[in-house]
Amino acid sequence: MNVPDTTMQTAAHDSAAEGYNFAYLDEQTKRMIRRALLKAVAVPGYQVPFASREMPLPYGWGTGGIQVTASIIGRDDTLKVIDQGSDETTNAVNIRRFFARTTGVNTTRKTSEATIVQTRHRIPETPLTDKQILVYQVPMPEPLYRLEPRTAECKKLHALADYGLISVKLYEDIVHHGSIATTYDYPVIVNGRYLASPSPIPKYDNPKMHMNPALQLFGAGREQRIHAIPPFTPVKSLDFDDHPFEVQRWDHACALCGSTDSFLDEMIVDDAGKRMFVCSDSDYCHDRREQQGTENSEGESA
Amino acid sequence: MYVAVKGGERAIEASWRLLDKARRGDTQFAELSVAQIRTQLRLAVARVMTEGSVYDEELAALAIKQAAGDLVEAIFLLRAYRTTLPRFGYTQPVDTEDMRIERRISATFKDVPGGQMLGATYDYTQRLLDFTLLAQGDGESALNVKRTEPAAQDAMPRVVSLLDKEGLIEQERVSEDAPEPGDLSREPLSFPASRATRLQNLARGDEGFLLAMGYATQRGYAHSHPFAGEIRFGTVAVEMELDELGVAVEIGEIDVTECQMINQFAGSSEVPPTFTQGYGLAFGHSERKAMAMALVDRALRAEELGETIGSPTQDVEFMLSHSDNVEASGFVQHLKLPHYVDFQSELELVRRLRAKHAARDDDNDQQEQAA
Repeated sequence: MNVPDTTMQTAAHDSAAEGYNFAYLDEQTKRMIRRALLKAVAVPGYQVPFASREMPLPYGWGTGGIQVTASIIGRDDTLKVIDQGSDETTNAVNIRRFFARTTGVNTTRKTSEATIVQTRHRIPETPLTDKQILVYQVPMPEPLYRLEPRTAECKKLHALADYGLISVKLYEDIVHHGSIATTYDYPVIVNGRYLASPSPIPKYDNPKMHMNPALQLFGAGREQRIHAIPPFTPVKSLDFDDHPFEVQRWDHACALCGSTDSFLDEMIVDDAGKRMFVCSDSDYCHDRREQQGTENSEGESA
Repeated sequence: MYVAVKGGERAIEASWRLLDKARRGDTQFAELSVAQIRTQLRLAVARVMTEGSVYDEELAALAIKQAAGDLVEAIFLLRAYRTTLPRFGYTQPVDTEDMRIERRISATFKDVPGGQMLGATYDYTQRLLDFTLLAQGDGESALNVKRTEPAAQDAMPRVVSLLDKEGLIEQERVSEDAPEPGDLSREPLSFPASRATRLQNLARGDEGFLLAMGYATQRGYAHSHPFAGEIRFGTVAVEMELDELGVAVEIGEIDVTECQMINQFAGSSEVPPTFTQGYGLAFGHSERKAMAMALVDRALRAEELGETIGSPTQDVEFMLSHSDNVEASGFVQHLKLPHYVDFQSELELVRRLRAKHAARDDDNDQQEQAA
């Protein structure tokens, strides 16, 4: 990333950003976060503590991701922000507006145009490239916290790579339910060493993390942790030989674009409980519809 | 179709306008000024400064106005502003013994050197609604009070230091080679946490949380037999050593409330029975906060004093991880954000498990019929 300078670029609608540094955080803080990021990249999957700052958005609403993005973004970057796969959800709109206001960089809805994609709970359907960075907003970076709430204890377990607890949990799932009952925030082993939380993405997205050409950065603001998956790093979702990892499948296609290979959101469309399934990734869905539109001119526009 | 997730941008803008309107309220009444809040809601200002960890009455009052009186929101506003301030350095430790006292009480001795000073307190008011405030505003009495200036205040030694002379209370002296205290706003909280770090966390901690936890220690969740050794409120000088000068100069004054709790300690094989301390400090006049903080501080010293740890109030990681209301409020309220994707995943799982469950029941029925 290029080094941001401190002069404001855009003067339109950013009166409130006056008096603040480029991307809100001061340069010292950004440097501190970048140091944590470098360490995180050097030790894939290891949670690096960092001195998270109070941000003008609430904890739990993406402060970790925002701090990571703020410390790596430069003037030439193009930013995309998604929440639940969509660019249009209110929190994504709010965060995108925050960066537009404090940095003046270009924002986009197209995954392929973005150099930085900040996300909450999804990995875009469109494959990422080695020119892109995916920044995750992470509520709970510790994959063991439901089993061991004490961070001091968890640290020891990670140091010893003692992950028996979580295997037992998955085994108990199979005994109780016949299958592993974790559907999102499905734990992974990064680079064959550290157990890590992928943030609450659906397990449907887990395979996309494996050997991804893009750099994946995870920021947890409230919990003050950063971890990373460098490009082309093996990421394995936990499973057993006789119960291999598998992802969700739908009996439906997207009602708008007809996709049968994307993650679908279910919507209840009337009082009678009629349902409709549509792509959670709004850009992917939109692209497909545009292509269909150019292929047959009576295609629906949305 | 697809309306559910479209139009976020316009909705947010409309929501801002509604918020401004709701904050302003009925325009037939005069707008509340920041100066009015600063001077007439001083206790709210004190809380926002303490938990927002910025000593600035005007900004705290502005935050209260902007937050329409929601103090936790005001604290958040002030903290978010604080993040952007440059750090020039650290002041000298404040000497509360040199405090210009407004109020000072001890519950352990009837009289103490320097005397008891009641000052302005709600403690001995009878909690009857004062309808004169409703009818015509402040009565004459509020306007005509002359503060009796105490004749040149003598230094008021801390009550605890009187016990110290007899060796009855643990010694609180900084050793020469003590490490510099950490700075929680610059370093992540990690465990085990030193007492300096714990006190910083508690000072910024939510008053309600500390109050409830301090109360729990009184009700048996960590027995600590507390006495309010001393509570003092007043003005202290803040000094800072400036590089160019090489000496400490006074850069201003702040109002603080300090509480030293005295607690029993049974002693151990090495240490005879003695009194121990819990400590609380808050900006402005914040007695409830300072006292609750002192109770919790003492409870959290269980490990260092070799006491049995049997209650969450003694569990450092539990207490420090959940005391901050900016963190807590944010994370609790983040549940308002969409969770379509996670919920969809769970929905799919529950449906699949239910189908499997039903199929198993059918199987069982068939087997029973066959038998």
